[in-house]
Amino acid sequence: MGNAQTTKLILDPGRAAKNYWLDLFRYRELFLILAWRDVLVRYKQTAAGAAWALLQPLMSILIMTVVFGMLAGLPSPHNTPYAIMVCAAMLPWQFFSNALSLASQSVVSNASLISKIYFPRMIVPVSSIVVSLVDFLVACSILVGLMIWYHFWPTWRMLVLPPLVLLAVVAALGPGLIITALTVRYRDFRMIIPFIIQFGMYVCPVGMSSDFIHDKLIAKLGSVLGEKFFMLYSLNPMVGVIDGFRWAILGNASVFYWPGFILSAILTLVLLWVGIRFFRNTERAFADII
Amino acid sequence: MSETVISVENLSKKYVLGKNGTSEGLRHAVQNFVTAPLRWLKPQSNHGEPGKNGSHSAHKKSANDFWALKDVSFELRQGEVLGVIGRNGAGKSTLLKILSRITEQTEGRVEITGRVASLLEVGTGFHPELTGRENIFLNGAILGMSRLEIRQKFDAMVAFAEVERFLDTPVKRYSSGMYVRLAFAVAAHLEPEILIIDEVLAVGDAQFQKKCLGKMQEVSKGGRTVIFVSHNMGTVTSLCSRALWMAQGRVHRTGPVREVINDYLSKGMASDYKTISLKEIARPSFVHDDRLRLENIEWLCNVPLQHGEPAEALITFSTTGPVEGVSVGIGFSTVEGTRLLSYDTDYQTGHRSDFSKAGSYSVKLAIESLPLGPAMYSLDIGCRSGDSHALDYLPAVVQVEVIPGPTTPGSIVRQDAGVRCQSRCTWD
Repeated sequence: MGNAQTTKLILDPGRAAKNYWLDLFRYRELFLILAWRDVLVRYKQTAAGAAWALLQPLMSILIMTVVFGMLAGLPSPHNTPYAIMVCAAMLPWQFFSNALSLASQSVVSNASLISKIYFPRMIVPVSSIVVSLVDFLVACSILVGLMIWYHFWPTWRMLVLPPLVLLAVVAALGPGLIITALTVRYRDFRMIIPFIIQFGMYVCPVGMSSDFIHDKLIAKLGSVLGEKFFMLYSLNPMVGVIDGFRWAILGNASVFYWPGFILSAILTLVLLWVGIRFFRNTERAFADII
Repeated sequence: MSETVISVENLSKKYVLGKNGTSEGLRHAVQNFVTAPLRWLKPQSNHGEPGKNGSHSAHKKSANDFWALKDVSFELRQGEVLGVIGRNGAGKSTLLKILSRITEQTEGRVEITGRVASLLEVGTGFHPELTGRENIFLNGAILGMSRLEIRQKFDAMVAFAEVERFLDTPVKRYSSGMYVRLAFAVAAHLEPEILIIDEVLAVGDAQFQKKCLGKMQEVSKGGRTVIFVSHNMGTVTSLCSRALWMAQGRVHRTGPVREVINDYLSKGMASDYKTISLKEIARPSFVHDDRLRLENIEWLCNVPLQHGEPAEALITFSTTGPVEGVSVGIGFSTVEGTRLLSYDTDYQTGHRSDFSKAGSYSVKLAIESLPLGPAMYSLDIGCRSGDSHALDYLPAVVQVEVIPGPTTPGSIVRQDAGVRCQSRCTWD
């Protein structure tokens, strides 16, 4: 909190959020401690404990590899092991879907805090994104394991991963904030989220490569219309993130579709802006409507 | 004169009844959101003009509008301790919520100079799965302490809460007493310039309450500015220098604490606490005789009772058959259980009553001048037949608060259980 001895606080209706960002900075310790609490509590009183952070993606990778790679026989670019290709997409996707569902619940499940104490409310959904990030980092060991198993050596492109993780955080934050604010008012969104996540798994190129989708679209719609549809498909913020991950992890075996990536990165930023604005507009009334 | 640290001007808060966000409909919300940037472009109106600076919906008048606060204004100077009193629903909590920035006012303006901490609940944010140690850090951060600050005060907090042995046990395994003690310990070591407290002393066992009160007194004497909401008049009197009496969302009266509270007690108190029903309460196992049952005790004077003032109580009981040699007694003990004062119908006179048939009876106790000093007492009440045969007995049936009366010397205004008397009483 403030160290200045004479901090003057003026509360006016509609203007309470004047030094919001400064406040957010002042409450950084609370943010850290809430994130730490959420991480600590996540796997309390479960037998498998933090192994759940591994088990969930591992099972999904296994199923996807069997169904799409072995049964359906979908192609993997340059014959990279299908499991690694799925893993490269599954990790960011699981991060995104966890972040979204945790964030959407976060404010409501912290209702007692919200109605009893002041702090910039944005701390709560953001700290739940930190939890998903920790899960993600734990799950990254699956990737390491798979790469060792298949003797698949990383290239310099792996260095691009940290900024890509950042992009994934931003991609989760924007929609996360919107959905969090909506859930406070309309609990309907609690029901909608699992559906969105399930649906998104198929909309995003998790089980197959974007190249495959690209080729299919061209084959079905012709090259002009197909390209247009592929552009539309690339608007999805997670498509950019997943393709980026594949590019970085699979190395030379993956081609990169720049226009799509830039488009989805722009959309990600727009969503972040909308999310922050919407959240800030709603958060002042959180204590009254929660 | 010290400077003003809190100034509240025409503070109002409106709630729309029967309408939470949902019934406005999603469509309305979406529309609102889309047009929000447009509204934002319009110039901001000046502050302090009621009706102009609220949200756009504040202009619409509706029968469903409920003003939880209306035109509340007051100022608080550095070091003052303000007690906010009033019945339930008078707007006390809403006021605190606005001052602690949890919710936003509809109209009006607040200026606060200094670091504020608010304590609207003991143990806010405690997580049952975390250990005592972890919860101290969590709760401390929530209340606005830095990690360094918590680390420095950690030992003191633990000692205050008396939970040394259970520090590494999840708090869900704590007894409720331990839980509350730990929670209060964290809160008690908060050192803000301005402290906003809502009724947090209504927790814990009697001994711990006393400890908390002591800590609070320390805080209020240490030059801290405090706003304190309570229903406990004794606590308010002993802690606060000024009182603010709220009624129906407005400031009804404000002034020196004694004046406001005396006024409040003579006019403002509800009779809610006046009658205590004894019928449903379990009797101790040694009460075997069921021929007589105490039913009610009703205060015929103002409650809370005032030290040095008359007190009157009507005790009703019923009999199921003939009972002889009945006497009724009432006793005040400290909350720890030490009997301080007893009144019996047969005391000195030796007069006992015979009841020949079943029925309802009552007896009135009039105390000329209540000798108990301002504190909480527990009330014991019983009936016996002859010298030792218990007909009915209810030990510590209810806690009774005694507050300072007009004649109470300032020296004993502190919460201090004990008999201070020159007292006579009559029974009839």
